[in-house]
Amino acid sequence: MGAEMTEATGGIDFEDEEASGVVKKFMFVNRKAPYGTIYALEALEVVLISAAFDQDVSLAFLDDGVYQIIKGQHTKAIDVKNFSPTYRALEGYDIEKLYVEKESLDQRGLTEDDLLVDVQVMSSAEMAKMMSEQDIVISF
Amino acid sequence: MLHIVNKSPFENQTLDSCLRVAGNAEGAAILLTEDAVFAASKGNSNESKIKAVMGKVKVYALWPDVEARGMQDRVIEGIKMVDYGGFVDLVAEHSNCQSWL
Amino acid sequence: MKFAIMVNEGVYQHQSTDSAYQFAKAAIEKGHEVPRIFFYHDGVYNASSLTEPPQDDRNIVSRWQKLAKEHNIDMVVCIAAALRRGIKESNLAEGFRISGLGQLVEAGIQADRLVVFGD
Repeated sequence: MGAEMTEATGGIDFEDEEASGVVKKFMFVNRKAPYGTIYALEALEVVLISAAFDQDVSLAFLDDGVYQIIKGQHTKAIDVKNFSPTYRALEGYDIEKLYVEKESLDQRGLTEDDLLVDVQVMSSAEMAKMMSEQDIVISF
Repeated sequence: MLHIVNKSPFENQTLDSCLRVAGNAEGAAILLTEDAVFAASKGNSNESKIKAVMGKVKVYALWPDVEARGMQDRVIEGIKMVDYGGFVDLVAEHSNCQSWL
Repeated sequence: MKFAIMVNEGVYQHQSTDSAYQFAKAAIEKGHEVPRIFFYHDGVYNASSLTEPPQDDRNIVSRWQKLAKEHNIDMVVCIAAALRRGIKESNLAEGFRISGLGQLVEAGIQADRLVVFGD
């Protein structure tokens, strides 16, 4: 993904902007499974770019979004890039707040052990509270 | 927080997910737009779910979408109607918003 | 108040682009500002200069152009999403510009609210 990311950041003239220095709470809400549609991949691209802006970034995984971070994804036979290792690289971008709704895991017969990254599992009510505390919620 | 839902409850579980997370949340409001307005119609199988959260959160439906779909005479009592200007007001009045896509 | 808008679906297939337009228009009518609209995913098709709807239908692309011109809206199309889908400078409708995803994050930082329209 490296080269693509560099290209996508092109044209940012952020240092001179009035917003420089502002830190907002950004939450990216992932509710769709990978591969069936492109939303998960393109959401991840936004998340990676957001790291360059020194904002307070978190990711939420609900509903089929939890399948984005499930272990054991092998995509060779469908000839689509397996982007699941990138979630593990998020820590290197200082993106460490990954929240997963417990009810979504339960509905799918999954537990935290089935996930390929360290996450904070929380109830629907806790998720609602977390969402309500954000400045910007970008959902996919 | 304003939660925006645009999916028919008969097509997928988006409304259920929104109600599960936001249905009991303090200061939450839910706006039904596009195909989600079918959830606002009397006698539909989601009526009880909608009514169950109405005591705790405010539920709105986007009137232009209601009317476009012929639902104007069937709206569940207590669901407030807003036009696009009202939609803008709701976004402005709440500290943030989430679209349940 | 400043509203940033994100449009995630293409023209005609989904109502989301119409909803986004009506929202933007209403916000402006109420005296708010819409400094930037960011087009992502299939939303990049909103910026195609090759769109030709039937005469009796709304013209989504020109409708955006008119609104943007009248109200000074910065309409940004994500470069990565656009190139993937065959939208480039050569078929980019006037009034739109192609730039990076950073423009979306920046819009979120600078605006008071960000509203996402998609499917």
